[in-house]
Amino acid sequence: MQKQSVFNSRWLPWLLIAPQMIVVLVFFYWPAAQAVRQSFLLQDAFGLSTAFVWFDNYKELLAEPDYFASVVRTFVFAAAIALSSLSLALLLAVMADKPLRGVSVYRTLLIWPYAVAPPVVGVLWIFMLNPSLGILAHGLRAIGIDWNPLLDGNQAALLIILASAWKQISYNFLFFLAGLQSIPKSVHEAAAIDGARPVRRFWTITFPLLTPTIFFLIVINVVYAFFDTFGIIDTMTRGGPAKATETLVYKVYSDGLLGGNLGSSAAQSVILMGIVIALTAIQFRFVERKVTY
Amino acid sequence: MVENEGIRRYVAHAILWIGIAIVAFPVYLAFVASTQDNAAIANGQMSLLPGGHFLETYYKTLFVGSSGTTREPVGTMLLNSLIMALSIALGKIFISILSAYAIVFFRFPFRMTVFWIIFITLMLPVEVRIYPTYKIAADLNLLDSYSGLALPLIASATATLLFRQFFMTVPDELMEASRIDGAGPFRFFKDTLLPLSRTNMAALFVILFIYGWNQYLWPLLITTRDDMQTIQVGIRKMIVTSDALTEWPVVMATSILAMLPPVLVVIVMQKLFVRGLVETEK
Repeated sequence: MQKQSVFNSRWLPWLLIAPQMIVVLVFFYWPAAQAVRQSFLLQDAFGLSTAFVWFDNYKELLAEPDYFASVVRTFVFAAAIALSSLSLALLLAVMADKPLRGVSVYRTLLIWPYAVAPPVVGVLWIFMLNPSLGILAHGLRAIGIDWNPLLDGNQAALLIILASAWKQISYNFLFFLAGLQSIPKSVHEAAAIDGARPVRRFWTITFPLLTPTIFFLIVINVVYAFFDTFGIIDTMTRGGPAKATETLVYKVYSDGLLGGNLGSSAAQSVILMGIVIALTAIQFRFVERKVTY
Repeated sequence: MVENEGIRRYVAHAILWIGIAIVAFPVYLAFVASTQDNAAIANGQMSLLPGGHFLETYYKTLFVGSSGTTREPVGTMLLNSLIMALSIALGKIFISILSAYAIVFFRFPFRMTVFWIIFITLMLPVEVRIYPTYKIAADLNLLDSYSGLALPLIASATATLLFRQFFMTVPDELMEASRIDGAGPFRFFKDTLLPLSRTNMAALFVILFIYGWNQYLWPLLITTRDDMQTIQVGIRKMIVTSDALTEWPVVMATSILAMLPPVLVVIVMQKLFVRGLVETEK
């Protein structure tokens, strides 16, 4: 944890940490403290007077059916995105882990979508599935599906989930591949000699050995679904139709944009911080397990 | 091994190609659309092969801007994105390598407190504190400025943790040797530590450049002037709610241009990218 030999200087270390400390205090701690403070205050409509109201903002927020719906929706989105993206990525990674010709080309062709920004992902997908001009939308209508995500909330939600999962495939693929490559080949060979078929080998050997990677990726994917899908939602549906795609982060944004209730929006931010802290704590537990594996 | 490897291999190739098709199709379609006539796209008559409007559309997108809305040409947006991404990447590397150096190679009061203060910022992504941060940026007069775009995104702990971890592995002997040579903290940093950190810095730069380039929510809030908007924000403003007014070839050309720099970085610097990604997630 600590180096044996260090430099001695009274002022130099402070000078070195000063830039980061200033940025961190001004742009992280101060706003976070403001959010916490604001969440306990009630401001009148003109911003002239404020009163300290303890947990009233939270109580009001949690009693709001809209907020509750948004919580549930965000978790459903996160589960759907993580499940679909992880399973497809795992399948691809298992295939790419085989000694195939041109495997490095496959890898390159599968990882680049990591670099596509969420709003661009949104534009690409809305273009394919736009009810009036999207190519896939025409296909769906041709097989008799009444496809209109601009009106149908469930279809809009499906659209967000598909696009978000698409972007995350490359990330998951990369980590699964790294996880697979760290499993010694001798383990597989031993099982093959014992007569275990490939599918059985996968479920009894590979999959259990991958669990640390899987847990780690689940946390990462949930964090992604919570926060990074904002750009996708904003370009595709803007939270609509009728709030059917409004996640927690999107709600903070759109409630704040309307400039309404400062206390409530601050309370929403504080709850989100709580969720991130919990997720990070979980991640660190599993990362530690990954290291000791 | 003993099984019929041949068939399995074909299946693996096939599955991988299907996977590639799934990831590539939306982008291919965007490229094709960017080379076609707007009327054909709006009618749903789009061809699946590239059309003949490539030069025309890209010239218009880059230097003129879409005609339906009074938006800036995408060239300006690309420049803004580039400045933002570079400032975030370089700024973050700069401030975090210094603070990691202080935390690992010096002993001073509250050393661990400082470390924890930085560490906890890992848990506060910009999305959860947007409006308070916005208010501070406004109070500091940072709206519509490059420093406003970059500063709040610079400070998170990932880079500091990475450098700290790396510095911990630098053997004590190196430092003692340079001390015997009469090097002070500054010379040791410049002549020994910086050259050793080169690969780590490059890997980090790749990841942070992509991170910075792809920022969306923060630039959306903090830029109000059209000539300050980044390309990610510009794209969304091009999509007009009524489909008929959206100039799809321009939108698609903008999407292609928006993804080109980070995608090229991933492909060209793949080794550094993978390393950076795995290292920063630890």
